[in-house]
Amino acid sequence: MTDEKVKEIIAKQLGVNVAEVTPEASFVEDLGADSLDTVELVMAFEETFNIEIPDEDAEKITKVKDAIAYIKNKQS
Amino acid sequence: MKGRRVVVTGLGLISPLGVGVEKSWSGLLQGRSGIRGITHFDASLFATRIAGEVDGFKPEDYIEPKEVKKMDRFIHFGVAASTMAVADAGLKIDENNAARVGVYVGAGMGGLPAIEHYHKVMLEKGPRRITPFFIPMLIINLAAGQISIKFGAKGPNSAPATACATGSHAIGDAFKVIQRGDADAMIAGGTESVITPMGIGGFNAMKALSTRNDQPERASRPFDRDRDGFVMGEGAGIMIIEELEHALARGAKIYAEIAGYGLTGDAYHITSPAPGGEGAARCMSMALKDAGMDPTEVDYINAHGTSTKYGDELESAAIKSVFKEHAYKVAVSSTKSMTGHLLGAAGGVEAVICALSIRDGMIPPTINLDNPDPECDLDYVANKARKTDIRAALSNSFGFGGTNACLLFKKFSN
Repeated sequence: MTDEKVKEIIAKQLGVNVAEVTPEASFVEDLGADSLDTVELVMAFEETFNIEIPDEDAEKITKVKDAIAYIKNKQS
Repeated sequence: MKGRRVVVTGLGLISPLGVGVEKSWSGLLQGRSGIRGITHFDASLFATRIAGEVDGFKPEDYIEPKEVKKMDRFIHFGVAASTMAVADAGLKIDENNAARVGVYVGAGMGGLPAIEHYHKVMLEKGPRRITPFFIPMLIINLAAGQISIKFGAKGPNSAPATACATGSHAIGDAFKVIQRGDADAMIAGGTESVITPMGIGGFNAMKALSTRNDQPERASRPFDRDRDGFVMGEGAGIMIIEELEHALARGAKIYAEIAGYGLTGDAYHITSPAPGGEGAARCMSMALKDAGMDPTEVDYINAHGTSTKYGDELESAAIKSVFKEHAYKVAVSSTKSMTGHLLGAAGGVEAVICALSIRDGMIPPTINLDNPDPECDLDYVANKARKTDIRAALSNSFGFGGTNACLLFKKFSN
């Protein structure tokens, strides 16, 4: 459930096809994000899952799988 | 240095009369009003509840969906109108000429919708909810920035912010950039979109806007005795201007030549024009002198004509002081009677209208001119478009702060 929702948000925010949003995909290197896109992406995660992601954690979320793992961990 | 001649080779227009040059132009020639009740927000508590909103505009038609959310509406308009103008000109921008093609596109107020929206977000949800795109979506020069990025135009890049004279300053300054040899082609004009609570409320507080809410199409009535202020519009007017030999070499169609540019300051008052329209008069004279033309060679003046009491009177006085007896022969019209006042975009829109007037030999009317103000006694082309050959057309733009810009276009002949 969370996996699909996270992928959906990434696809929407970065303007890419959901099929491209694979676990290993990097936001910057594979999905065309710049530094501002990644900031906004983290904000979208915070908003959707009602969590807070401190800057020091956000810096470590660079791939799709990082985001999924981080959000699942926060939710549990 | 006046060796290099500059011509207009492409046009882009988004106005309350339609999205696209020909759509807006045919509306202007039919004497249609683009003024309606405000739908952008609930205006029920405002003294003014009418404006010239652009209908049927989809930014995704011109901008990648992912990029759309990074720009406020004035940037959408600027990029879209530039896309139309570049296509119309058939201008190819590639690595060979990129550094010789620049962008001068300004706005009067910039991203007021974004400021209002994210200020509310910040108050309600806290500072962490401000999008990282907030600043780049609202600052005025990002229209010019986004246009340059879309087309790879690496020449001079700037954005005047001279209130209601912005579009004319942008085109005039771009004209000088080409004339002095710093670029061969420029994407130039103005864009604006501030039909928001603070935009309408702010001008309402100055008593600057018409409150003829029950008759929106009759509200903008420049030079008419019963005018009661301007009506806000939104949109963009962009032109491609080009060094003559550059245009000829690639077989571009030529709408008109830019013959002269004047720019002056009133040094008088923050919002009122100087007595007698003195600053405006010097501005028109400067444009004529720059072109080396006599007032009698001008057949059409697209007036600033905002439908405010003093503005229309003083502009008429200024025209008389510059054009003397020819003032009663030259056709003067205010297309703001139909589009409303597009603020920073107005000069861009009206420059495009002047180029089309010269192309077609058609002067769009001043609508709603039923009873001319006795102080306004020129030929304002009342209510009906006129067919006539136009040798040269002058476009007037005057802004708050006492800033004036005049552009003089003439029929091209080689």
